Amino acid sequence: MPFSLLNFKALAPEIFLVLVASFMVLFDRAIRAKDFFFWTALLGTLVAWWLCRTSLGISFGESYTADHYGFFLKTIFLLSLFLSILISPVYARRRGFHFGEYYGLLYFAVCGMMLMASGTDLLLIYIGLELMSLSIYVLVAVDWRDPRGLEGGLKYFLLGSLASAFLILGLAIIYGRTGTLFLARIHQHLSVDPAVLAGIAFFLVALGFKVAMVPFHMWAPDAYEGAPTPVTAFMSVAAKAAGFAALGRIFLLAFASAHPMWIKLLVPFAVLTMFVGNILAVVQTNIKRMLAYSSVAHAGYILLGIAAGTREGLSAVLLYLFIYAFMNIGAFGIVTLLQREGGVGESIYDYQGLARLYPFPALLMLLFMFSLTGIPPTAGFMGKFYLFRSVVHAGHPWLAVLAVLASVIAAYPYLRIVMFMYMREPEREIQPASSLSLWAALGISALGVLVIGLYPGSLLHAVMGSVF
Amino acid sequence: MIPLQWYLYLALALFAVGLFGFVSRRNVIIVLLCVELMLNAVNIALTALGTALEDVTGHIVVFFVIAVAAAEAAIGLSLVVLIYKRFREVHLDEVKMLKG
Repeated sequence: MPFSLLNFKALAPEIFLVLVASFMVLFDRAIRAKDFFFWTALLGTLVAWWLCRTSLGISFGESYTADHYGFFLKTIFLLSLFLSILISPVYARRRGFHFGEYYGLLYFAVCGMMLMASGTDLLLIYIGLELMSLSIYVLVAVDWRDPRGLEGGLKYFLLGSLASAFLILGLAIIYGRTGTLFLARIHQHLSVDPAVLAGIAFFLVALGFKVAMVPFHMWAPDAYEGAPTPVTAFMSVAAKAAGFAALGRIFLLAFASAHPMWIKLLVPFAVLTMFVGNILAVVQTNIKRMLAYSSVAHAGYILLGIAAGTREGLSAVLLYLFIYAFMNIGAFGIVTLLQREGGVGESIYDYQGLARLYPFPALLMLLFMFSLTGIPPTAGFMGKFYLFRSVVHAGHPWLAVLAVLASVIAAYPYLRIVMFMYMREPEREIQPASSLSLWAALGISALGVLVIGLYPGSLLHAVMGSVF
Repeated sequence: MIPLQWYLYLALALFAVGLFGFVSRRNVIIVLLCVELMLNAVNIALTALGTALEDVTGHIVVFFVIAVAAAEAAIGLSLVVLIYKRFREVHLDEVKMLKG
């Protein structure tokens, strides 16, 4: 990999995203045909991915490392951005936020995520996290006429800024003990003492907020329910992946020598997250809240992969995040399809008899629900299998047993939706808001779920080569 | 010369005050102030550590934190303005449409 102090080529995708985003925000007033921004955003995503592929390298001293780990995560961010953009227009037009700033903010958020995934400097990771979070706070409240969006945005904002205060406190402690902010040098200078452990704990709390780790998940259901559904789809996948990207880099690179200490901290949180997320998902009647608690539970499974502390564990985390992008955005795509003004189509009872009314959307929802449960031959099964196997190989078989138990609880909320769709009579008829782009997103997601489930070979190979 | 520890104790005390305010106060404006207090407490610690370690990194981080805090305040206050227009209230207990 080429190395220089100012290697702007390594930063090409981020620079590109910021330029396009600034263009979309600045020229929103000048351009009347708002579909232009949709196509620009869609095309720009592909260009950004191509730039990520071609520009690997190290830049700004050791601050920024565009390696294969970063590239794989950037692929996940851009994939979820692409799918979220595809499901946006039909919803955004109806609610009146189909304008340039919306797509611009999505771009800024992804730029922040990319800095988190490739940052090898705590300061850069902090800046990336803030860029991502600040953009997403606004996105949650982008439909400013909707009081639920405002409330969700405010709650997310307040708890998120608390988390960033913890992050910067942890940063100060680690800086004080090691005298550096570069991850590789922290690894060299790290000596485990109570102050360092407190710093590590603060980092875990701050990033735990971002990935919705119990007990720092309180914002998640409200923000997910309040946010416009395409934004919910985007933040439930991409923001989570970015949080895990930073967790993986910081904990497995900088704090690697403290692994025996932080695993004791992380495992209780991970187990709690799995069970609380799944048990609370059981009692939800709003589909967005149900999916929010399910995403909390999925964060718990993924945390186990980090806790394993091995290369295999980290590669299983990457695999799971990639699969999660397809199945979760697919599920939210179906929610977007059926959602109507005034909360219609948001209750799980609105899914009763869907198979009789609209067999094809029901079939797709069945596929995504099976995948989220982890039933073969869907991709969700592959993700869970490799994740739990890595936990067993790392020497924690009882953790894998607990994870499987949690997945059994998780089957109830998902399969209840399937049962409603296929075994109940329809109560009221909902016209799906179909559009070509929404169907494209659903098609890509369904294809992803099926193809990865049946032929995971090449993806597994790519994932194994993506771990630092 | 004041020893480094005193600065760190001051920073931790201010952070604790901010955290306590964050969890106990229900007025959104006050809660935002408490977040600022926590960030600036860490800024004191970073400045002191940078000076003690004779390393400029700590001071640089402070500038970044100030810039980010400004952006955060801008977004937070605009959310508060929108909330006020909608609910005529900036009290967290009154803004409760969602279940959580």
